[in-house]
Amino acid sequence: MQITINGKPEEVQAGTVMDVLKQKDIDPHMVAVELNTQIVERDQLATTNVQDGDKVEFLFYMGGGA
Amino acid sequence: MSFTEEQITRYSRHILLPEVGGKGQKKIAQAKVFVVGAGGLGSPVALYLAAAGIGTLGLIDGDVVDRSNLQRQVLHHTPDVGRSKVQSAKEKIFLLNPDVNVETYEDRFTASNAMDYIAPYDVVIDGVDTFPAKFLINDACYFAGKPLVHGGILRFEGRVFSIVPGQSACYRCVFPEPPPPGLVPSCQEAGIIGVVAGIIGTIQATEALKLILGIGDPLTDRILDFDARKTAFREIRVKRNPRCPLCGDHPDITELFEHEQEACQLQAPGALGIS
Ligand SMILES: [Zn+2]
Repeated sequence: MQITINGKPEEVQAGTVMDVLKQKDIDPHMVAVELNTQIVERDQLATTNVQDGDKVEFLFYMGGGA
Repeated sequence: MSFTEEQITRYSRHILLPEVGGKGQKKIAQAKVFVVGAGGLGSPVALYLAAAGIGTLGLIDGDVVDRSNLQRQVLHHTPDVGRSKVQSAKEKIFLLNPDVNVETYEDRFTASNAMDYIAPYDVVIDGVDTFPAKFLINDACYFAGKPLVHGGILRFEGRVFSIVPGQSACYRCVFPEPPPPGLVPSCQEAGIIGVVAGIIGTIQATEALKLILGIGDPLTDRILDFDARKTAFREIRVKRNPRCPLCGDHPDITELFEHEQEACQLQAPGALGIS
């Protein structure tokens, strides 16, 4: 199925948000995930399904400033 | 208050703007902004706000200038190496605009002094480089009800996000807690292209001025990410999270505390970024 990840259309296998993170090789502790403008809590990543056409945003931590 | 002839000339390009005018310039001249960190982000924020004629600029930083800072921390010049950052900053700001009242605090921003430090100020700017400090600033501004302009930079990327406590999403609405220690680089070892500090810092200063003037659309409930490699911005809409541990419906955090300081251990480069 096709979803939009960080604004770009991408082909992924159907499954949960956690499955998509695994396919993209992203450690779930390193990102905040938004599914269709709703934050997905870390404890719900493995139980929240991603549907065809969904918009997913991965927000990485950015801690610098000095 | 009224402006002198010199001040009217100095701020004439602001006063010409219908959205600012003499009235707005007075708001700027009466505003107090607190900048946590006089480094990469703090430098452009302080310089541009000073040039804009901000009334009071509070600067807190306990560090001294290191030669490796000069690549991006434009408040500090070569002869300042080894000197207190806030002292160095105060001198540059005075040379740029002696109208600005600069309050300097050669200190670390901690859970025990945070509330006292931010109390007199109207807007707070995050210019710190550790996650514990970023979360502490977010929490302190929430408890004090102070608007905060968050900033973050890493390698070729940067982020800006404005927070009006009680009205818009806070940092913890999106990132409930810091990443596990060592997983995400936040220390100087990760590297930063100097100009990104300038880009993100000037956007933070812009947001502070907009909040002071009450003009335009603040960068609240949207996170603005910048990637210098692509010269591309990405805007992510966010909203207040009812499960936020700080500003949610059933908050766990009811007083200020500091998360454990992360060690400067990095995973292999490339662990970050998805494209
Ligand atoms: Zn929140």
